[in-house]
Amino acid sequence: MRITADRSRCVGSGNCVRTAPGVFDQADDGLVRLVGGTLSGEDARNAAEAASLCPAAAIFLTPQED
Amino acid sequence: MPDAARRTPAAAHPDRQPHDLPGLPLTRECPYHPPRAYEDLRDRGPVTRIRLYDGREAWAVTGHAAFRSLLTDERLTVDRDKAEFPDLVRVLALARPGRHHAMRALLRTDPPLHTEQRRAMLPSLALKRVQSRRPALQAAADRLLDGLAARPRTEPAELISAYVRPLVATGMTEILGLHGPDGSALHDLLHRHFDLVPPLDDFLRSLLARMPDRPGGDGLLDDLAAQVRDGRLTTEQFVHYGTVLVVAGQDVTISTIALAVLTLLVHGDELDRLRAGEVPWSRAVEELLRFLSVTSGLVRVALADIETSGVVIRAGDGVVLLNPAANRDPGVFEDADRLDLRRRHGNHVSFGFGVHQCIGQNLARLDVEVALSRLFERFPRLRLAAPVDEVPVRQGLVFGLGALPVRW
Repeated sequence: MRITADRSRCVGSGNCVRTAPGVFDQADDGLVRLVGGTLSGEDARNAAEAASLCPAAAIFLTPQED
Repeated sequence: MPDAARRTPAAAHPDRQPHDLPGLPLTRECPYHPPRAYEDLRDRGPVTRIRLYDGREAWAVTGHAAFRSLLTDERLTVDRDKAEFPDLVRVLALARPGRHHAMRALLRTDPPLHTEQRRAMLPSLALKRVQSRRPALQAAADRLLDGLAARPRTEPAELISAYVRPLVATGMTEILGLHGPDGSALHDLLHRHFDLVPPLDDFLRSLLARMPDRPGGDGLLDDLAAQVRDGRLTTEQFVHYGTVLVVAGQDVTISTIALAVLTLLVHGDELDRLRAGEVPWSRAVEELLRFLSVTSGLVRVALADIETSGVVIRAGDGVVLLNPAANRDPGVFEDADRLDLRRRHGNHVSFGFGVHQCIGQNLARLDVEVALSRLFERFPRLRLAAPVDEVPVRQGLVFGLGALPVRW
């Protein structure tokens, strides 16, 4: 699974860092920063949950072919 | 009241007049459940017409999906200066126009101005920076509990004034970066004033003037003051942003913690799970936030026609989004009226949704978690000192307890 985050949409709620700390962090400005772009297993599940919790719809997941 | 009785119709509800639209339910029958009449609204549909106290009509949103989709819709504005903006209770209408200019910042602005304001405050409220305050907050909780433990057990204690209120104030001073005399001054101010806006205005102005003399601070006000020095913010903005954060951050958190203590004491089986370590406090806090949801609703006005959930909200219509109702949506939360601390569904909307989602939510979570975990670990025999239906409540736009008498 490929993950992208749109910093221009981000409102810095921190929900993604709380839900998927292995995938997301916040930069010094409080906006989202990706730790890793391609995911599998638990990180992918957590990232999917983080995307659904994001209040600003700033997280995008796309399935990736092997 | 027994949870099983929640979904029965609220017959002869005083807010409901025959042959007319239902009113906006504002009164909780049970402290830890939303008004029962929310279920009558839900029966009419996830987005349905209501009549407000002043005779105007508005839309009430009880559905979780509609709540989220409307709060991410740019065709709804938070601008209180719009003539069509609905007032939920008379006291807010009397306070118009704009109770205090300061309180418009962030809360009553739309993007792009809102984006600019939010980003000025954001760095200090990021998750990890907030969580770095945990040791200081825990130490403050333990000191307050020491004070409680030293009291004679023959008399009950009032937990809100003895513990909850000063602890939440400490969370705020920590985040703002106020230590020593400045921290004490803010504590005093929070304790003494009903309307915080005028005294905060004075306090923040004088603080900003002194700030170049106190370099090295790591709080939100230090961040904002640096932005004033860089010319990115004005003094007015510094004062307004500081005011909004303090005012918006106190009451809701205090109410949530006090009500959570009562709710856990009433739901002994759930409390036992926490004490046995079956459920981490962080997850329990999310379920308590969902279940208690102490705010009465978010208010917006439509700027254009919006089709949603089988209805059309017309331009100029007022919309009231009921967080507690969305948090009890049976289509999203299984057995929604049951407190279940093991619940993994973290999708509650107690902090709202969309670009206005609570900017202080990470601090609120930390406050609630530290307050509850330290209290219940310190006093395993904590109990209510009055029957639950005699604990005084404060009905209103933020539901709360008037007092929380306990023994320990």
